[in-house]
Amino acid sequence: MTRPHDMGGRFGDGAIEPEAEDIKFHADWHPRALALTLAAGALGQWNIDTSRHAREALAPRDYAGFSYYEKWLAALADLLVAKDMVTPAELTGQAAPALSPLTDKKLPKERVAAMLAKGGPADRQSGIQALYAEGDAVITRPIAESVLVNGGHTRLPSYAAGARGRILRRHGSHVLPDSNAHGLGEAAEPLYAVAFPASELWAHPEHPKDEVVLDLWQSYLDAAP
Amino acid sequence: MQRWTWLQACVTIPLMPHDHADHSHPHTLLPSDPALRVKALETLLTQKGLIDPAALDEIIDTYENRIGPRNGAQVVARAWSDPAFREALFEDATAVVTQMGFYGRQGEHMVAVENTDAVHNIVVCTLCSCYPWPLLGIPPGWYKSDAYRARVVREPRAVLAEFGVTLPAETAVRVWDSTAEVRYLVIPQRPPNTETLDEAALMDLVTRDSMIGTGLARQP
Repeated sequence: MTRPHDMGGRFGDGAIEPEAEDIKFHADWHPRALALTLAAGALGQWNIDTSRHAREALAPRDYAGFSYYEKWLAALADLLVAKDMVTPAELTGQAAPALSPLTDKKLPKERVAAMLAKGGPADRQSGIQALYAEGDAVITRPIAESVLVNGGHTRLPSYAAGARGRILRRHGSHVLPDSNAHGLGEAAEPLYAVAFPASELWAHPEHPKDEVVLDLWQSYLDAAP
Repeated sequence: MQRWTWLQACVTIPLMPHDHADHSHPHTLLPSDPALRVKALETLLTQKGLIDPAALDEIIDTYENRIGPRNGAQVVARAWSDPAFREALFEDATAVVTQMGFYGRQGEHMVAVENTDAVHNIVVCTLCSCYPWPLLGIPPGWYKSDAYRARVVREPRAVLAEFGVTLPAETAVRVWDSTAEVRYLVIPQRPPNTETLDEAALMDLVTRDSMIGTGLARQP
């Protein structure tokens, strides 16, 4: 069941290494990979959910073996080909690069600040009525897979599947990643912060008062009996 | 060339979920060394007219030099100093940080959560690396690491210990897993004996880690 990116609760990853605030990147090519990904994203040929799914869709051995920005680069290359923006022969250097029909969408230096400042808000009007109020008991769907596309994108982590929690906060309606990642429309629906006792999620919780809170869409939830 | 024949057979397969071999993974066609891979992709996209290298420089300069945790520290210091600001921040953080000029990519929906004697908040993104960029900059290496993503939801106190933080037994831990586009900013507890400090001095006590929840604010 485990998808390679869905690692919350996993054992065996070792210690965490804190680092100083002035360290921004760990190799010279990291900032380039970051900027390249953002500039390519600004061409508007995919959305954030598509790009997350492209990273998750890497082969598990690649996902596990790649460093952070290697995952970004691999997903970027896969997306560029999937969206017919580059050809495999161009990637290998076997074909000369052809000028793209999307050149008028290229992000110029002068528009970078505006692009970063504008962001990409995900809240939307939705015709779907909110079913839950703060304090309501809910239970998440039992399997942490996309119900729309087999092997597709979802934002329900495995460790929180089939778990009972309570609505902590309402966030209004947001774009549904499960749909948006696959070009099936934004399908906005109510989004909630849902609190789960640690004892509901883990066999050996550290402390009886501890909780984990996840942002979950209404279609991930049922009313708890 | 045999590889080329295989490629031709694959180019029409869209990036859809499936469990076939490597048909949807054209990234394997790039050089395996990541530094060369970046260079190859940047060169190709430049030649195709899809990117402007000067725009890449501008993006890097923004996150290396202009957008970072001092933005968040300004929000925290004001929340410590100004009760009306603090109230507005917990009511609608997005509106408040927008007024301060801190709206932007990966910070479109902000929620501020407050550390108290009763509850200590920690933020993670177990599925990827969601983080409030306009307020904290790009995330540190450990925030994106498998170890942090895997462990902090299950054993937050053991993780805190690795950051040198021990909480009182009566304090509950609340870990926020950023599964949607909502971004969380932790407002750490104001250190004792700081009543005489102004906002600028208070800002110096606010560390990046204290706004993620893996640290506490510095003592003056």
